[in-house]
This record gives sequence, C-alpha cells and structure tokens, in this order.
Amino acid sequence: ESGDPQRTALLLRKAWTLYSVTPLYRFCRGRLRDYARLLSAFIAAERQKGLAVEVGVELDIRVTLSSLPELQGSEQDQPAVLVQLSSRSRASPKNSEDKILWSGCFCCVYGDDLSENMPEDFTCLPLFLANGAEGYMSVVGNWFQKTFDCIFRRLAISPFNLSWMVAMWAGCKVDKAASAVELVFSVPRLPQPLDISYAIHPEDARALWDTIQKTPGEITQEEVDVFMDCLYSHFHRHFKIRLSATKLVKVSTAIASAHCDGIVKMLHSQYLSGVLMLLTELAISQIQ
Amino acid sequence: HIATSLPLPSERDHLRPRIDLIVFMIDIKSKCSLKNVEASLAYVDARFFLGKVYFLVTGVGRVNCCSIEINAISKLEEAYCSPVLFCELELEGVRVATAQRLLRMLQICAGLVPGFSALSFSLLMRNSADD
Repeated sequence: ESGDPQRTALLLRKAWTLYSVTPLYRFCRGRLRDYARLLSAFIAAERQKGLAVEVGVELDIRVTLSSLPELQGSEQDQPAVLVQLSSRSRASPKNSEDKILWSGCFCCVYGDDLSENMPEDFTCLPLFLANGAEGYMSVVGNWFQKTFDCIFRRLAISPFNLSWMVAMWAGCKVDKAASAVELVFSVPRLPQPLDISYAIHPEDARALWDTIQKTPGEITQEEVDVFMDCLYSHFHRHFKIRLSATKLVKVSTAIASAHCDGIVKMLHSQYLSGVLMLLTELAISQIQ
Repeated sequence: HIATSLPLPSERDHLRPRIDLIVFMIDIKSKCSLKNVEASLAYVDARFFLGKVYFLVTGVGRVNCCSIEINAISKLEEAYCSPVLFCELELEGVRVATAQRLLRMLQICAGLVPGFSALSFSLLMRNSADD
C-alpha cells in the first residue's frame, strides 16, 4: 500500500468508535468544500439552539472534509473520506495551531460484497470511525443522515468475532518488541461484576498459532477454535476456571485492540489495511 | 428432569421413569455449553435419535453476544438428524411459547397424540425448516 504514511498515521493509536453506515445517496466527491461549509453552518445553528457541546466556551469550529485515497482495498472501493472538526479559541493568538476536536472517517476496504450491485447514485462507505466527544458525533451524524439519506448504527463486536481477531493478529509478524497478547473476559451472573485478564507473551502466542495454521495466508474456523481451546485449557489447568463459559469482551495485540462495544485501536501501520478490511466486513454484515 | 451433563448418575436408574424426549440446551453466549452438549451426546442411545432428541439454542436475542458460530449448530443438526429450536429465555412471551411447544412435543414423543409418531413429527419439523 503506497501513499503518504503520514496521512494514514492519524488513524493509529487512537480509540475509534465504530459505526456501520448505509450507502450515501448523491454524495459527490467534488463537492467536499461545499459539504464542509454546509456542515459548519449546521453545527453553528445547533449550537445556537444550545444542542451541541461546549456551551459557554468561545470556540470557532472549523470543518474540513478530505479524501484519503490511501485507505482503499480494491479498485471498486471508494476512497475514504475524512471529516475533522478543529477549533481555534478566539482568545489565542492568530498563528497558533488549530486543535482537532473531533475526527470521523468513512471508509471501505474490500467492500465488494456491498458495492457490487449498487445503483449509480449511491456511494458505499460502510465503515465509520469516530474519535472525540459524543456530542459532535451526534451533530455530524445527524447532518450526514439528513443530507445523504443514510443511517448510522453503532457496530458492536461479538465474542465470536473477537476470537477471530485475536487469533489472526497474534499470528502476525511484528519486528520490534511486541506487547503482550491480552484477552479480557467478563463473568456473567455474579452479584459483583468480575473481569478476568489473561495475558500471553507475544512470542508464545505466535508460536502456538504457527503450529496450528496449515496454509499461510489462509485461516479457517477450525484453526481459530483450536487456538482458543488451547488458551482456554491452559488457563483451566492452572486456575480451574472455564473461560469458555464467560464472555470475551476485549482483545489486545501489538497489531490492534478491539472491545465488544465496538471500540478499536490500530497500532501498526503495516497491518492497518488488514484490520480495516475485517472491520469493513463486520460493518457490511450489519447493514445487510 | 434437568441435568447439567450426561450420563445421568447410575445410582438412580431404577427409580427413573421412561425417558421420552431429550432436549439439549445450548447457550449461544457460551462455547462451554456447546462443548458440554457435544460430549453428552456420546452417552445417548442411538434409538433416541429417531425423533426423541432436540436441540434448543438460547440467548439468540442478542446477536452481538454470540460466542458460537451458527454453522456449528447446523452441523450438529445434520450429524444427529435432530431439529434445532431457537429461543430467548429472557423474553417471557418467547419463554412461555417455547415451553408450550416442548410440552406438545413431549406428548407426541410419549405416544399420547394419535396419528403422530415421534419420528414422523421430527421429520416434519426438519423438512419445514429447510423450506
């Protein structure tokens, strides 16, 4: 994936809340500046009504929309669209840098399943990543929904999908010292909530995955099951607790971390595309 | 009668009435429950699989809490020729309706409904699911 790594670097090391977005109607890439103006006016109007955040703070909010062609999988994919809300306090000096209040990114990485039979007027960007205050997400989301007749829905990640993620990511080769592979489980039906955190040395996790995976580049459900079963039985041997009866709520590896509420952090630029491809797939299955 | 796994303790064999229907419950949120059911199936006599075994999958109301793949359940259904029912125990209406269904199925399996045998009913259930 060639392209300016600086631009995609803004996606790394931030906690992104995931949404699925239905196709946008009559979204025109050439009009990004117009859309930024319209959205800016909408935000100002909402603030007048007292609906947006930061009431009482003197802020000029600037909206920018830009294309990120680096975030694309296949030729059919639409290039990603980045939305940023930045502010410059009226009190601070003129040449100070804008502070980014909120970022959102529409993207589609190998979303052929969705875009295949899409009529011309529709733009497929099924995955939306949001970072920043919820108030801004609400306002921006409303504007896009009204303007392009689309629907945003929070994208949750099931324990089943989380186990695929941890198996895939634990097997990835990382050059520098990698962080531990961590799985967090929540134990149901207890009077006090209990979370179990299971950390594995990244080399051990990779070695385990290497003994399980038969075809490099291909992963099967059986292989993921065997990987998880090995981790569960190891834990059971030591602690007599059956993790398979608990709910897997969060997974962390050197590549990325993901929480079942639909919050991800991408940590490694080399695998950024792979992670987005997986998330695009989840978003598409929520839409369909 | 409810058991957490099979085989049933042998000490009470002589006190137990005839078993007409076995329903294996699988919680879609717990991989452990699927493994438990798979292990317990080995203890069931082959004759039961002629219409006296059903799988009941619970917890299907929340797709985002799935720990089990639906394919795994379809494979069980095919391998053991036994129909699968889905329900959400937390919704009272669904719970009651499912209980009524199971009771009706038990009546058929016990031979109390004239014109229906356990085998013919289970074939009916599986064929209608395929449509």
